[in-house]
Amino acid sequence: MLKAVITGYARSPFQLGGKGALARTRPDDLAAAVVAALVKRSGLAPDLIEDLIVGCAFPEGEQGLNVARMIGLIANLPLSTGGMTVNRFCGSSMSAVHIAVGQIALGAGEAFICAGVEAMSRVPMPGFNPMPNPALAARHAAYIGMGETAENVAKLYGITRAEQEALSVESHHKAAAARAAGMFTDEIVPIETKGGLVSEDGIIRPDSTIEALATLKPAFSADGTVTAATSSPLTDGASAVMVTSEDFAKAHKLPILAHIRSVAISGCAPETMGLGPIEASRKAMARAGITVADLDVVEINEAFAAQAIACIRDLKLKPETINIDGGAIALGHPLGATGARIVGKAASLLVRNGGRYALATQCIGGGQGIATVLERV
Amino acid sequence: MAGSLEIRKVCVIGAGTMGAGIAAQVANAGVPVLLLDIVPKEGADRDAVAKGAVAKMLKTDPAPFMSDKAARLVETGNIDDHLARVAECDWIVEAIIERLDIKQGLYAKLEEVRRPGTAISSNTSTIPLSHLIEGRSDAFKRDFLITHFFNPPRYMRLLEVATGPATDAALADTVADFSDRQMGKSVVRTKDTPGFIANRIGTFWLTAAIAAASDLGLTVEEADQIGGKPMGVPSTGIFALVDLVGVDLMPLLAKSLSAALPAGDAYFDVARPFPLIDTMIADGFTGRKGKGGFYRRDKSPDGKSIKLAIDLATGEYRPEAKPEPLPKEAERDLAALVGMEGKRGDFARQLLYPVLAYSASLAGEIADSIDAIDTAMRLGYNWRWGPFELIDRLGADRLADGLRAMGKPVPKLLEGGKPFYRIEAGERQFLGQDGNYHPVTRAEGVLLLEDIKLRSQPIIQNEAAALWDIGDGVVCFEFISKMNSLDPQTMDLLGQTIALVKDKYKALVIYNEGPNFSAGANLGLAIFAIGMGAWDKIEETVASGQNAYKALKYAPFPVVSAPFGMTLGGGCEICLHSDAIQAHAETYIGLVEVGVGLIPGWGGCGEMIDRIAKSPGMPRGPMPAMSKAFEMISTARVAKSAAEAREMVILRGSDGISMNRDRLLADAKAKALGLAEGYTPPEPPTFRLPGLSGRTGLNGAVRDFHAKGIATDYDVVLADRLARVLSGGDADLVDVVTEDQMLALEREAFMECAKDERSKARVEAMLTTGKPLRN
Repeated sequence: MLKAVITGYARSPFQLGGKGALARTRPDDLAAAVVAALVKRSGLAPDLIEDLIVGCAFPEGEQGLNVARMIGLIANLPLSTGGMTVNRFCGSSMSAVHIAVGQIALGAGEAFICAGVEAMSRVPMPGFNPMPNPALAARHAAYIGMGETAENVAKLYGITRAEQEALSVESHHKAAAARAAGMFTDEIVPIETKGGLVSEDGIIRPDSTIEALATLKPAFSADGTVTAATSSPLTDGASAVMVTSEDFAKAHKLPILAHIRSVAISGCAPETMGLGPIEASRKAMARAGITVADLDVVEINEAFAAQAIACIRDLKLKPETINIDGGAIALGHPLGATGARIVGKAASLLVRNGGRYALATQCIGGGQGIATVLERV
Repeated sequence: MAGSLEIRKVCVIGAGTMGAGIAAQVANAGVPVLLLDIVPKEGADRDAVAKGAVAKMLKTDPAPFMSDKAARLVETGNIDDHLARVAECDWIVEAIIERLDIKQGLYAKLEEVRRPGTAISSNTSTIPLSHLIEGRSDAFKRDFLITHFFNPPRYMRLLEVATGPATDAALADTVADFSDRQMGKSVVRTKDTPGFIANRIGTFWLTAAIAAASDLGLTVEEADQIGGKPMGVPSTGIFALVDLVGVDLMPLLAKSLSAALPAGDAYFDVARPFPLIDTMIADGFTGRKGKGGFYRRDKSPDGKSIKLAIDLATGEYRPEAKPEPLPKEAERDLAALVGMEGKRGDFARQLLYPVLAYSASLAGEIADSIDAIDTAMRLGYNWRWGPFELIDRLGADRLADGLRAMGKPVPKLLEGGKPFYRIEAGERQFLGQDGNYHPVTRAEGVLLLEDIKLRSQPIIQNEAAALWDIGDGVVCFEFISKMNSLDPQTMDLLGQTIALVKDKYKALVIYNEGPNFSAGANLGLAIFAIGMGAWDKIEETVASGQNAYKALKYAPFPVVSAPFGMTLGGGCEICLHSDAIQAHAETYIGLVEVGVGLIPGWGGCGEMIDRIAKSPGMPRGPMPAMSKAFEMISTARVAKSAAEAREMVILRGSDGISMNRDRLLADAKAKALGLAEGYTPPEPPTFRLPGLSGRTGLNGAVRDFHAKGIATDYDVVLADRLARVLSGGDADLVDVVTEDQMLALEREAFMECAKDERSKARVEAMLTTGKPLRN
């Protein structure tokens, strides 16, 4: 039985890559602001934190040089707290959570900050210097572009453009409603930038309509069904959760948002990487001893509407449980930061809605899925 | 020449097309500019009018700004809140509505806040200076002049400057000098008369043409055919030009000129109401900016785009009809043109004779010299020849006879029996009002090959190029082939040049005075050789070009290339191999080979990687420089200005930009001489490249573009060939790749392209249609 619990969650506003309000903010500064706020809000003495584990999909440039350590130093964490950067592309910061859970299980620490960051304005998606292995590239789809995988999934599952657009519009409407109801106020850490304080998400379109989306051109394939509106946008953002042992949380009077009941990783074909959550979720739920029927909250990352629909369909997820405050299509998908966001979000939704079990899951470029099952006791 | 005033900041008042365009050109010169307009009647943003003008310019094509950096030099505001800030500026340009009362009102306010001793000018096209300064102080009058720009101010080279009797001469010189050197304008001093020079003659010309075409029952196509190229006028001729500048401008010009011209002016003989034009404007046919004009595009029933032309008699549109070709002789020779029988000949005579007579009658009244008038018409209306040059080509006697036959008076100037221009002792001279010849003078510091050619012979020459001594130990290598395309003969003369300069001269400048620097390699020759399957010959041509450029690069003297206009492919590569580039601001330079199915073969690939890698702030590692070069070359990107070429690193920080086309050679020569002292040739570059891994990465990106429908099937193939060269071929990233290895890779990839039918199709398409084939 795992002993790890989530005791806090915070994130920066998510802003459009390139022209959004965080485009001129360095990723290490951005993540450090979120980490510092999370620690401060927890009231925990910082020197009790064992390690800062930061997920990042393209850890180079300003995200390079073991950025986790630098984020810790910028956030004024004590020198005694460690720093480790984790890369599993989009699953990076959920992996950070999983590593903390494992460390706690093996007695290698009691309190961890698991964060994620991606400044997609500043470090481009394939990195600055993509140098694939030519022999692998010649025989394998390992390096396939993400848009193409979404087209593949749409074809394989017969998902129409209209279905994808319906999911996108719904995602925007849910996120807009949540924002209007103040549901993001607690989790968002306002960020000081050269252009002023940024305290709101920048991607949500409350007035998104199916008619407007239908006019867009396909984004990846001239005869495809996937458009910019049915893909998660390039995003700047950072997120963090605090993961501690249950005993530690109680001893230090930290609020336990949820227990981490199980975790899982599952590989799949790179060409249909969007299907990764299916097997990963099944594994995690089996490990937790639950079924879809037990889930009250599901945070499934909307990398693309097509892959989200495929996963929802195969897993037979209950619509009312899915992405209650909107998903990545509306909120944004700062690659390395999404995992910690959806784990933290799932935990806080259990608190808010009084449910018991939550699943957080996402697909990963190169062909993987990752999943985490939470329980609110 | 210039006085104590130094222009460090400019204010432009009026953010209409002209004012905004003038502000943009000031910014293009690197000088900060304050752009003010009125406060809008509605909306919270009081600067919205000026701001909106800048925003609009950022979307305009052709672009008023040369770079984003220039756009950031324009500060916007409004005349109610910010007029006092004109005191920060050394020159105020007024470009508001053409209403005397409103201009005078603005000047009264400006007088309160401006700094005396700074320049203030109006961009009026018709209002006399003497009216503008009524009621102003002596200090204001001393600082006031007219600076009349042409639309669009970035691209039209003419600036007419008129001063009044009170204008401070030194201050006017300062404005003229700034406009010349920094804004790149050719300044023509005009007298303070209505319409100054270019619009006075230009409006007469258009009005006479429309009247004659209507009277004679010519089609608009016929009128443009005769009134265009044969007369040295751009192929837009008459009606297509009116469409371009705006049909609605015609009545405005007519009205303002009519109000300002003295009674009895010959303009009133041709001016008349044109009901057709009024109807067109009322119906929204205001030219290219509206629904179309005398010509317009429409969709045929089957959905195809078709071009229509208006019937001048009925006002109905009908499909455009190509007129019967003119006799060959008439296309070349003005005398033959006006000698044609029938209504086409009548049109040529009824257009040309009155325009030339009008110009001759005005000579002393609107300018100090006929040379100023000719220059104004060449630069302001893009005529190839000014009116007096046209008279010389036609013959003054023939013109006088023609005028008499039409029952029109013959201006006195035509009775002298002397040509208006002559070449005397290597110098071009014009006929003055005094009946004597005077040298055509250039602005101080201007050096033109055109002038050098009048007084000397080339040092060496063949069919493709010539070499000129431009003084002070500097020689100029000039391309002279059709479109300045480059071929084995160019390379041959370049080889001879290098040997000569080494022994006898200090430095070499590569420059010419054609419409463009160079269109690149001679594709006609290339297609011929490909058709013959003369592969050895092609490879030899590639190799000889590589060797010639390399020899140029490592020659023991400095080489400065001075590009302007289109500088493509091999033309760009010769610049890349020079020690320095001195580019005209309007330089459109790029490695465009993939557009014709080829890749740069004369060293462009390695040179581009090398200069990108060495550019400041470039990250190290094997990928960054080569991927940037790949992006540029694989998309055949052409810089839309020298400033943009600098952003692309085709120009380095140490390379220069000349705003004024006429100063390019002098600037390049000075740069070459500056490098000559203690000159040492560059060290050959070496390259650390990613090899196949990098090529795989680039191909992945191209594959995505192909899926999106942006890259064609053959684009993918060409991109891979290019990627192979730029990534260093089979090199591993720990290998050091030499310049010669890069050249060998280039040759190999070039030959693969040359032997590919798909490349042949691209070259053929370019030669026959002038447009790239997207196969």
